[in-house]
Amino acid sequence: MSQHHIMPLKMYFKVAAGLVLLTFLTVAFHQMNLGPLAGPVAFLIAAIKAALVLLYFMHLKYDNMTNRVVFGSGFFFLMILFAFSYVDIWTRIKAFSTL
Amino acid sequence: MTTHNPAAGGHQHSHHFDSAEHEYESDKLGIWLFMVTEILMFGGLFVAYIIFHQIYPEMFAEGAKQLSWKMGFFNTLVLIGSSLTMALGIYYNQINQSNKAFWNLIATLALGFVFLTVKYFEYASKFDTGFLPGKLLNVETVQATSQNLGMYFGLYFCMTGLHGLHVVIGMVLIGWLAYRTRRGDFNSEYYTPVEGVGIFWHIVDLIWIFLFPLLYLVG
Repeated sequence: MSQHHIMPLKMYFKVAAGLVLLTFLTVAFHQMNLGPLAGPVAFLIAAIKAALVLLYFMHLKYDNMTNRVVFGSGFFFLMILFAFSYVDIWTRIKAFSTL
Repeated sequence: MTTHNPAAGGHQHSHHFDSAEHEYESDKLGIWLFMVTEILMFGGLFVAYIIFHQIYPEMFAEGAKQLSWKMGFFNTLVLIGSSLTMALGIYYNQINQSNKAFWNLIATLALGFVFLTVKYFEYASKFDTGFLPGKLLNVETVQATSQNLGMYFGLYFCMTGLHGLHVVIGMVLIGWLAYRTRRGDFNSEYYTPVEGVGIFWHIVDLIWIFLFPLLYLVG
């Protein structure tokens, strides 16, 4: 198992610092009251943070293709769940019910 | 690679694997498949959140105002810290420094405990003021503007409750890792359980990364 990639110690601290910085950024944007953009902006920053955790802390950057594809498929199925639920709610329940 | 490998700290790969590497790769694949099920379990709640948020933006904003974003913010930093110590717990096991690995795992455990303590105070204040999920929320007592405010707190308690349950399970597993690290089970040749639990703990952090802005800020 000695051929496993070991990430240098410095990288872990850099990634953690990046995550803390982005958390402050989330709050800073929130204080600015961006209105309708607030949601997408917060989500975008969260996505960047998630990518940092996945690639470096969870070592996905150095993992094999199979594991990357397997994990990516989770988001693919999540998109299917979202798309069909969304279409259903907006064409059926939103249109005909007072929910 | 021979079956018996003294360098592996007494760990021998199971007989149904060709080699230790084969075992490691299979274990990792299993963990990633498990993570897919985690994403989909929380995903259902996130889909519900996004759709209902779009239908009732004012109600969600009213609910989010009841939460203390400072507590959520503090807990976000706590979880980032715990993710770092968890990653270091793996790192030090990878380079045969089990003492440092042990103390990083203990730090992770302590930070998990801090997270739950903050969560306890948050829940307690919601119970006290009557901001309960679904039908349990009395619109008149809490003087809510939105008649369906219980829906926000339903989502809040389901999402943070399921997340909190993951924190508790993660802490039990990390305690087990700390014990095994102390016992000298792990080294550069064998650290699969640390890596696996690490991935689980990081996904718990990852979910909180989305929960914090969605529930506390945007609302």
